[in-house]
Amino acid sequence: MEILINILLFAIMVACAMAIAKIRHLFAVVMLSGAFSLLAALLFVTLDAVDVAFTEAAVGAGISTVLMLGTIALTVRREKPSYRSSFVPLLVVILTGAVLVYGTLDMPNFGDPNAVVHQHVGPEYIERIPKEVDVPNFVTAILASYRGFDTLGEVAVVFTAGIGVVLLLSGLGAKARRPKILAQNSDNNEASS
Amino acid sequence: MFAIAAIALLIAMFLGLARLFKGPTLYDRALAVNAFGTFTVLFIGVMGFLNQRPDFLDISLLYALINFAGTIAILKFFRYRALGDVPQKPEGDQ
Repeated sequence: MEILINILLFAIMVACAMAIAKIRHLFAVVMLSGAFSLLAALLFVTLDAVDVAFTEAAVGAGISTVLMLGTIALTVRREKPSYRSSFVPLLVVILTGAVLVYGTLDMPNFGDPNAVVHQHVGPEYIERIPKEVDVPNFVTAILASYRGFDTLGEVAVVFTAGIGVVLLLSGLGAKARRPKILAQNSDNNEASS
Repeated sequence: MFAIAAIALLIAMFLGLARLFKGPTLYDRALAVNAFGTFTVLFIGVMGFLNQRPDFLDISLLYALINFAGTIAILKFFRYRALGDVPQKPEGDQ
């Protein structure tokens, strides 16, 4: 069942990617890339990587969609048709994909409990977490308890970035320009009245 | 039961994708992306019950919030061409 769902998800993703490559109307491309990110997030959820999926959905479908819309507002809405041959890019993509597939040949099977990564510190955490932290999700326990200071630093970084974005979006530059515009408007109003 | 629901949701996603591809107007596409986000929320819920572990339901609620905020951002961008402090236009100045 899970395999069927994964195959269907991948099929929809491929259809989405082909639509992105085909459409020249850039607004539709932005919307389609948001849908593509949501599909990628769903694949991460089926792989049980919920935190990665959430980052993908927030960044891919949320922030970058808005950033791309901002770019479209600053530039043009239609993509110019390209007359160059796409043979070389196709070759590069196929080669990169082949190298990536070749790289997976050495990897252990998905979910294999005897894989090397599951033999190092994993068993110790699995033994200690129910006794010491008692949180159902082990990733949460490690991030919030065993590596709490690390997460605190990350939160500080993200908070600083958030303050920066809010300051940029709140339009400090626009406020500096506004008195002039307001003055002009009041001049016009006085002239018209 | 949940498997059928999951497959139906995937088919619905495909139809939403078709509307995204064809959609004549911008609003069709914005609505299609919004519906796509709703399908994502539902699919996460259905996957939780399908795998007998409905622990991720609260995460699907977060997705619903992201979807809502994203749609608001897109529509606000349509309306005002800016995201932050929107300059107040006088009435009837459209």
